[in-house]
Amino acid sequence: MQTVAMNGDQAIAYAWKQINPDVVAAYPITPQTIIVEAFSEYVADGLVDTEFVCAESEHSALSLCIGAAAAGARTCTATASAGLAFMWEMLYIAASMRLPIVMAVANRALSGPINIHCDHSDAMGARDSGWLQMFSENAQEAYDNSIMAFKIAEHLDLRLPVMTNLDGFVTTHSLENLKLLEDEVVKGFVGEYKPIKPLLDYRNPVTYGPFDPPDFYFEHKYQQVAAMGRALKVIKQVSEDYAKTSGRYYDILEPYHVDDADFVVMAAGSTAGTLKGVVDELRAEGMKVGSLKLRVFRPFPANEIAKMLEGKKAVAILDRAVSFGAAGPIFPEVRSALYDSRDKPKLVNYIYGLGGRDVSMDELKSVYKALAKNQAELINYLGVRI
Amino acid sequence: MATDKPVIVGNATGCLEVSTTVYPYTAWAVPWIHSAFENAAATITGVESAYRALRRKGIIKDEIRFAAFGGDGGTYDIGFQSLSGAIERGHQFVYVCLNNEAYMNTGIQRSGATWKGASTTTCPAGECIPGKKEYPKDLTKIIIAHELPYAAQASPHNWKDLIDKASKAFEIGGPAFINVVAPCPRGWRFDSAQTIQIARLAVETCIWPLYEYERGKWRLTGDSKRIAEGKKEKLPITDWLKSQGRFRHLLSDKWKHIVDEIQAEVDRKWEELRRLCAE
Repeated sequence: MQTVAMNGDQAIAYAWKQINPDVVAAYPITPQTIIVEAFSEYVADGLVDTEFVCAESEHSALSLCIGAAAAGARTCTATASAGLAFMWEMLYIAASMRLPIVMAVANRALSGPINIHCDHSDAMGARDSGWLQMFSENAQEAYDNSIMAFKIAEHLDLRLPVMTNLDGFVTTHSLENLKLLEDEVVKGFVGEYKPIKPLLDYRNPVTYGPFDPPDFYFEHKYQQVAAMGRALKVIKQVSEDYAKTSGRYYDILEPYHVDDADFVVMAAGSTAGTLKGVVDELRAEGMKVGSLKLRVFRPFPANEIAKMLEGKKAVAILDRAVSFGAAGPIFPEVRSALYDSRDKPKLVNYIYGLGGRDVSMDELKSVYKALAKNQAELINYLGVRI
Repeated sequence: MATDKPVIVGNATGCLEVSTTVYPYTAWAVPWIHSAFENAAATITGVESAYRALRRKGIIKDEIRFAAFGGDGGTYDIGFQSLSGAIERGHQFVYVCLNNEAYMNTGIQRSGATWKGASTTTCPAGECIPGKKEYPKDLTKIIIAHELPYAAQASPHNWKDLIDKASKAFEIGGPAFINVVAPCPRGWRFDSAQTIQIARLAVETCIWPLYEYERGKWRLTGDSKRIAEGKKEKLPITDWLKSQGRFRHLLSDKWKHIVDEIQAEVDRKWEELRRLCAE
């Protein structure tokens, strides 16, 4: 196993190179751009035999992926922020056609005002579109999730598109030491792609995307619901298989010193990594604290979260996005997950890091301290000048 | 009829899509995909990209052709970007615009293809405004400005000409565009039995000339060629306006100047096209 220095975007492009997808559609948007740039170099150097299509917009990039995946090709693309928002209509269509498209999303704030830095408002806006959503803590996980995503998306119990998220600039542009698998190991793990009812099989013609009147539409939506209902099991199984191959295991949730903790802070993305350092420091000070990383946001692992958080004194849910007029998007789902618990912890929400506002270890410590002193409001804003 | 090769079809949202694929039925005996209104070109070129990739990898061995259909709304307006992008990238596919000069699927609203003076539900003829104020954009010429290998205008009344053009389009080896006038009895307000006659009238009045552009060469075809050669009469635009309810208001004295303006514009465009085809 080779160790190299790469940033998160390069790591994703490298994973794709090893997988050698049939079609990659590309449209550049910061901080995703490095992915399609790096991949275009692999194409230019003949290291992959992918059909690489530079579309004229994100909307067309995903439309191309839909056509390519329906045709029977293993397909992926990447985007961020406004690009994901521009794809919004097509996200639903990709999922409704049960196309196993993989898309890397370099999480970035939405306009306006325009801002190119990290938050999760793009991904959270796509949460109801029928895509599986995985968040990566660092470049290593972005690489590993990118490989697993194909296997998850193409699993016969699912056939659903998968979004692999990584934090813009924080993870996309920071150099890390990565452990890479050998090409043959990656190819063996994802296996050969077997399309189902491809358009290119013209001898057995199929109709994709018909007009679906009220007497069938609801049933089709229910089939998506049912497929999503099988997804956590599939993700777990693929993650376990990947651990056997790579030695790296990622669960749907990653608890860090949660078992005996009184106070837990939960986050998705790179902040989950920072929290581990904070937990170590506070543990050294004698505080019984833990952190919980949300690796999979869709489908939402409500039961698993409830089991881990039941009986804690207080829990803070960090949201790097806001739902105006409500709270952060993850918080109400966690709160709802714990509604039936016998021993509910106090649950509070922290909105943080919008538009790339840095979150320091000291600030994260202040969250634990507010929990311990029972001083946190229901909804709090970390690091904003009010 | 236009190709012996297997064809895979993409469709924009519109009458053709809605009326031929009401789930659980389909009228399509060939592989067919509809994803949204504005992206038939992007979707079908995704299919074509998959074909290129899988042919290169030796998984697909047969030659396949690709076609996309959109109405004028899905082509002139909301789908224009994806069509322009797909042509610029050089995918091999035939894009057919079924041009009925308005958003007919949603109930006769103006589009970028609606003629000046037409009354639609979003540019209705009233006391002060005589229907649509603007001329349609000349999409065929805009597409030709992409310098693609093949583009044409066609009409269903001359089906032989239409099929010849489609055959060329399929075999040209790159992107091809065919803009077909598609009279809509409901939206244009005429008896359905007149559909083909109305299409013929569009050509005979030179409001819809038949021509093709092939690798830099412009050619008039069918009735348009005969009109240019003096073998057939060019009919006045009033014949066209009288044939349809959407222009009925223009026939009053109040809007005579609009009719004159339309005639002058049709004449100007016709002469310009004749020059291009003579070069």
